[in-house]
Parts: sequence; C-alpha cells; structure tokens
Amino acid sequence: MSKGVLAITEQLDGVFRKVTYEALSEGRRIADQLGCDLTAVVLGSNVEIIAAELGKYGADRIIAADNPILDEYLTDTYTNVISDIIASENPAVIILGASMQGKDLSARLAARLNVSLAMDCVVIRIEDEKLIATRPIYGGKILADIAMDTKPVILAVRPNSMGITETDCAGDIEKYDANIGQTNLKFIEKTLDTTKIELTEADMVVSGGRGMGGADFSVLEELAEMFGGAVGASRSAVDEGWRPHADQVGQTGKVVSPNLYIACGISGAIQHLAGMSSSKIIVAVNKDPEAPIFLKADYGIVGDLFEIVPLITEEIRKIK
Amino acid sequence: MEIVVLLKQVPATESFVGIADDKVSVKTDDVKWVINPYDEFAVEEALRIKEAHGGSVTIVSVGRDKTAEAVRTALAMGADKGILIKDTISEKYDGLGIARILAAVLKDIPYDLIIAGQRAVDDDNFLVGTAVAEFLNIPNISLVIKEEIIDGRIRCHRTIEGGTVVIESSLPALITTQRGLNEPRYASLPGIMKAKRKPLDVKTLADIGLDVGQFETSGMHIVSLKFPPERKSGRIIEGESAQVKVSELLRALREEAKVI
Repeated sequence: MSKGVLAITEQLDGVFRKVTYEALSEGRRIADQLGCDLTAVVLGSNVEIIAAELGKYGADRIIAADNPILDEYLTDTYTNVISDIIASENPAVIILGASMQGKDLSARLAARLNVSLAMDCVVIRIEDEKLIATRPIYGGKILADIAMDTKPVILAVRPNSMGITETDCAGDIEKYDANIGQTNLKFIEKTLDTTKIELTEADMVVSGGRGMGGADFSVLEELAEMFGGAVGASRSAVDEGWRPHADQVGQTGKVVSPNLYIACGISGAIQHLAGMSSSKIIVAVNKDPEAPIFLKADYGIVGDLFEIVPLITEEIRKIK
Repeated sequence: MEIVVLLKQVPATESFVGIADDKVSVKTDDVKWVINPYDEFAVEEALRIKEAHGGSVTIVSVGRDKTAEAVRTALAMGADKGILIKDTISEKYDGLGIARILAAVLKDIPYDLIIAGQRAVDDDNFLVGTAVAEFLNIPNISLVIKEEIIDGRIRCHRTIEGGTVVIESSLPALITTQRGLNEPRYASLPGIMKAKRKPLDVKTLADIGLDVGQFETSGMHIVSLKFPPERKSGRIIEGESAQVKVSELLRALREEAKVI
C-alpha cells in the first residue's frame, strides 16, 4: 500500500528556496487530510545541518542524502537518488516546488516512475479520496482541474501560490546513504546574482513596458528596492533589448503572483495580462487613459510614470 | 550531426481560447495556429548547428492534418525533412502519452541531438521533452540559453532562478530551449517554395507499432475547465496633481488593499 506524503526540498548553497516551505506546508495539509506522515527529502552536500529546520514546516521525518556529489543539481543524479528513495518509501503523494529545478526534476521523475504529474498547481484538494489539482493552462488564461489516479502522483506547486504555515513537527533526521548511479552530465560552473530577488518568488513586482522609452529602468529599480521586490518587463521592453529575457512577465515569459504588482508604461496585451492577473493587487501607471491595463488594475493613475513612480518611492520611504 | 526537433502546433498567444460546452476541452475553431514559440527556438538552433557542423535536421510532430502546416513552416525555415504522426485524438493524451509516441518515432531514426521547446504555450506542461529523454535513456538539459558542441560533447548554459549554470553532457542528448537562445529566422520565399518538395512522412500510430487505444486511458484527466476569476476594473485615482494622486494611492494600498 502506498502511504505518506513525500516532499522533495530544494536548497541552493545551504539556503532553502521559499517554494520549498510552500510545498512542505501544502504537503503537511495533504498529509493531515489523508491521515499520514509528511517526510521531507534533502539532497546536497553538508545538508544535515540545515535539514533540521524542516520540522518547523511540518515534516515528521527528514531523509538527508548528504553527499559531495549531490552538491550541485544534475537531472540524472538527483533522479536516480530520489527514485530510490521513492521506491523504499512508497509514498502516495510526492510534492515539490515548480522552480526551474523542480520542473526539470519532476518531469524526469514522472517519466521514470510512469506516474501523473500536475505541473505548476495552484490549488490541491481531495475529493472522494481522489486528488484534484488546479493548474493554469494557456499561460493562465484558463484554469484546469485535473484528477489524478496513479500511485504515487507528483504535484509541482507554483511559487507564490500557496501559503507557508509553521507547524512544529518532530523532524527526525535520518541519514541516507545515496547510490548516485549512472551520470552523463557534468557540472562546470554557476553564475548567480544573489542581490536580485527572483521574480516568481517576489512579494512585490514593478514592471516596465514600452512607456519606459529606453533601457534606463532606474526609477523602477529604486521603487522595487524600497519594497524588497523585483523588477519585471513586458515583452516589448525585452524585445527592444532594454531588459534581459529572464525579466519578461507574460505568457511566453514568467508568470508572477505577488501581493502587489505595479505596471508602468505597459498597455496590457493579453499575453502580459496572462502572466500577472493572479497578483493580489494590481496598480497601473500609464499616460494613455484608454490603455487596456486599466481594465484589470485595482488602482490606476493616468500620468507620466517618470513623475509618478519617484513620488511613490518617496512616499514609501517616508512610511518606512 | 543528425538533429531532431520535437515540434508542436499551438494556438497563437494573442488568440482568445474559449471553453467548449463539455467544460473539459477548449474551443479552438477561430484561433490562428502557429509553431509553439519555444519550438521555433529549437528549429533555429538546429539549423545553426547544422550550418556549423553539417548534418541534417528532422522535424517530428504529433497532431492532426492541419499540423502539417507547422511542419512545412519549419521545413521552409530550412529543416530537411518532417515526420508527422497523425492522430485525431492526440489532444486527449497526457504529456507522457505524447512523449511515448515521440520516443517510438525516435527509436527508428538516427539522432545525435534532440531539441525541444521547454514547454508548449497551450498546456504549459514542461514535461514532454524531458520525458522523451528518459524514455530513450539519454541525458537532458533543460532551459538552455546557449550551447556549444565541442569534441562530441555539448556544453549548455541553463537558466536557474537568478542566474545560469553551465553543464556538459555526452551525446546523444536532449536539450530544451529557453527564451534568449536565439532569434528565429523567418521562412524566405525560396524557402517556402523548396519546402513543398521536401519529404514529409505522415504516419499513424499503427505504422510505428503503437496501439491506438493504449494512450486513451492515462493516469490523469481534466475534470473541468474554468476561466480565472474576472478582475474587475478598479478605480482611476483622480487628483489635482501627481502628488495628490500618489498620496491617495498609498492610502488606498495601506487602508483598503492592506498590501503595504
């Protein structure tokens, strides 16, 4: 019999990703509904020390595969080790964050185990003992409810969609002696900008569009910094070469759902709206009172963003 | 270098996609069909590798009659031949089902490198490419923004949150594309003329030794589709000056929306 919920955590250089806490919290909720344990899996080098904190987010047990070879994520080594753990744990549900690593890993795992995978789920519920996952399709234009029948199932949760709940659980750590298996991949190097907050995980996002008129996004960067948020861009701003591709918000870029989204000089094409409509509060600043973005915004200001945005930054500075 | 591109035809992102009366499928009668944008990057990258290293580019797709148009477009861009697995209910298969069909096609053709889009912009599954690699038992590197082939190995820059990782793999391998990899070319008029004479094999599941019924029952199915809650247009903040408007916005964000 399959039983239990297995949460696959993700850490980068000894720090867990925010979506890991979201996946654990959701995993705890599912485990409570199914009346079973939540087990967290941690892979990496020197991870035993950080693993201890996972009990705080609901893990009854923590399996720590501590191995220098697992220091950097590689699709095949991680898939090998995690499928071994799944084979011995035999969980009913596997949950993880749909980060870029989580997407790659969950897809390879689903194929290896031949089980259903709900990518980027935003809501998970149990109905008549069946798991139903809600996930956006067509870039968020439609929400699909998916029924999943395989044992186990894999749920990859979209960052910023599920709340983090702190529940004190035992969090007993068990060392796991991992068999790395065959690998064809080799890690060469990694470049990280640690000063930047990841768009998909940010609580506040300010984005610029064609109305920025050029590559100078400093007014938006100052506002984002004041909030501890991230700067995004519309497709046209990226196509103009003003911002890197990684900053693009929209159907062919990133989907974001922060508490506060401020769209500056963005008209509001359907593809952009798809990427940010799940934000809690949307503010639009645009010169053109007819811009479609105003139809989706909670608050709109018609005016010159280069005048309005610095004033917002100044007001926030006063509050803080 | 034998390169295979996995290609899907999808509704253009500017299209409005409706929900059909059965509530479990989408209405696509009025949409414009295009090559999945991430697969366009895959075609372009395949052509550039061919131009640098020689070899040929084969397009493989699963779909209906109309999918042939997308394959022809890729041939017009410069790919050498196409294989279309024609199946009238392929929309009903899940990602693993499609991946099994593609893997079955690939078992019969030579390849050193397979390039796929990171996801299709219709079902947003991020699954098929990676699953094909698993079924073929070859390595995969996803979300690639740069690649180099050196001495029979491929070195890729893969995007992660906040940066990039450089990973090397033996060949054959499968990579998936990320925006930023390249700027896809347009099909030229001579390219379009030539494409008409390029080979396009249309096959059925039975032709590649698969049982038509085996994919219909999968482990997951859509129980309902709905539109996300409609965002009501809020209010335009009026005021005599920019300062007055901003002060009112901040008050509203603090007291009404409670987000600051």
